[in-house]
Amino acid sequence: MMAPVPIRAYTATTALGAGRAAQLDALRAQRTGLRRQRFDASTLDCWIGAVDGLDTPLPPQWAEWECRNNRLSALALAQDGFREAVAAAVARHGADRIGVFIGTSTSGVHSTELAYRHQQGDPPHLPASFIHRTTHNPQAAAEFVRLCLGLDSLAMAICTACSSSAKVFAAAQRAMSAGICDAAVIGGADSLCLTTLHGFNSLQLVSADICRPADAQRNGISIGEAAGFALLDAGEPGADLALLGYGESSDAYHMSTPDPQGHGAAQAMRDALTRAGLQPAQIDYVNLHGTGTQANDASEDQALCAVLGTGTPASSTKGYTGHTLGAAGIVEAVFSLLAIEHGFRPPSLNTRQLDPALRGKVLLDGIEGPVATVLSNSFGFGGNNASLLFGRRA
Amino acid sequence: MISVHLTAIGLAAPGLPDWVHGREVLAGRAAFVPAELPPYAPRLLPPNERRRATPAVRQAFRAAEDAVGERDPSQLATVFAGSDGDMAILHRICAALAQPNKAVSPTDFHNSVHNAAAGYWGIATGCRAPSTTLAGYDGSFALGLLEAAVQTVTQNHPTLLVSFDVPAPQPLYAARPLGAAASCALLLSPDGVSGSVARLGIVQSEDAETQLDDAALEVHRRGNPALRALPLLRLLAAGQSGRVVLPGSGGRNLQVEVFT
Repeated sequence: MMAPVPIRAYTATTALGAGRAAQLDALRAQRTGLRRQRFDASTLDCWIGAVDGLDTPLPPQWAEWECRNNRLSALALAQDGFREAVAAAVARHGADRIGVFIGTSTSGVHSTELAYRHQQGDPPHLPASFIHRTTHNPQAAAEFVRLCLGLDSLAMAICTACSSSAKVFAAAQRAMSAGICDAAVIGGADSLCLTTLHGFNSLQLVSADICRPADAQRNGISIGEAAGFALLDAGEPGADLALLGYGESSDAYHMSTPDPQGHGAAQAMRDALTRAGLQPAQIDYVNLHGTGTQANDASEDQALCAVLGTGTPASSTKGYTGHTLGAAGIVEAVFSLLAIEHGFRPPSLNTRQLDPALRGKVLLDGIEGPVATVLSNSFGFGGNNASLLFGRRA
Repeated sequence: MISVHLTAIGLAAPGLPDWVHGREVLAGRAAFVPAELPPYAPRLLPPNERRRATPAVRQAFRAAEDAVGERDPSQLATVFAGSDGDMAILHRICAALAQPNKAVSPTDFHNSVHNAAAGYWGIATGCRAPSTTLAGYDGSFALGLLEAAVQTVTQNHPTLLVSFDVPAPQPLYAARPLGAAASCALLLSPDGVSGSVARLGIVQSEDAETQLDDAALEVHRRGNPALRALPLLRLLAAGQSGRVVLPGSGGRNLQVEVFT
């Protein structure tokens, strides 16, 4: 059993808008943030989940950190009183006692893409304005957040593809229980780039249609961008929402295809239940990884039914935001916390006809009413699985 | 202070081809001759994956397999730590995306994730234990050591740390000029294990990072984030107790005390 970790503040910015209220409104109204549009020089005609308001450069003192990914983090940090909550935690614990754990898959790779497009000379060189350390390097995603918040402890970037910003909860919980820090800013940021759009497309995983999780006709993902953050504060009384458990595992199966039997995913879900000391029947809702690929949704259904049976209400929220890759873990953690705080379970959006081969109880209509516990799944390339369990402190 | 046992060490860098030979150099018993490492075929990978494994993945496996030796790796939790992932792949993808048809290789894309080496390791070992891949720029080794030590003590479970980085080709190289490809690995265990090489006491520190007095090895140390481990490995090679400070990630360095 693990002691619940209080979540003192949380926020997310996605294609649904900036901050928690925008997420809540869209989830309740069953409104997608996906739009059929092109990103930058992409030649793909598909649906994407772009965040509005990323065309404004960072303030001059952050010029060195200028890139789409850090702009997205800065926008998300400015929502929902998050900075103020961190400042209060600094006053309680000290800036050197608050760790930063940020998940990202591609950080500011779009800066490198642009630099390659604008290379000059013979032999070619990248523009002098390109700074790798503060933009594309994965640790930039964590260090930028640390510096923005004036923190003075470790800054860890976790990069396990699409489970990255779920695993930050686990790393922070462990660091706090080992006494490395008293509180933690955790979260993730992943922004649109040509690498993921054309990369997933090369694997034939990008749908030309809008993504339709669990649908009989589903044929791939829609890519989105997002950033989200949470403040975990182990010693804080006032907070009510909490991380109750987590589970992590590896598929040991294939680099880019999930284990069809879902053994690794099931192990992560079971470990989350064990850490929380909860029985399967005590889970009120599962926020699925639910990318909308044939392989993911089928494999996850195997795991879901093996661990929780076929009766637990579940849905993917990728139809609202798109697959936000390294930010998916924190975005769906925020959705899980909103479901508990506001008492609702969102339906699977864009799902027209459930795949009859899936046995889990995928919600096609939302449910209003109290939600005590939510399990949220995130799975990544390389067979990297994480499952988070949220609820209220007893 | 976090206290863990170190049960095995792996190393792979020019002039330090494995721990058995590298320790002789680091202890001052053999000369440092930074000869390029010959290509490496990971012994744990099935033939198909061995064919697909990139130079960065092979570099990670080289130190990981050196550390694990004949032990059963199928139950070990793993922490992979590195600054930049596979820079040669990032170069090829960004070069392809600068062309009108944007033809990214699907194999390059699935190998481009920062946790590619961890994915191959899981496939190679059949290990379903938790695996983390993290990035901490030049402090990646110390960050990985901290995470691996925290996992070892909080989960009471042995954890394999693998730190590696490989340099980029031009023009990306100019933006991140790393030295030669290098990797190192430490197998950590909780209290009560047999066969401990040393006990490590780990704590965050504001002190300056330890440098090496041997100029050529100091160039090595600065050339690759994985080789920021060299001051620690030098103590271990000499079988000495002592204290080193390694560059951290964020606002703090990491002090490691060795008790032999």
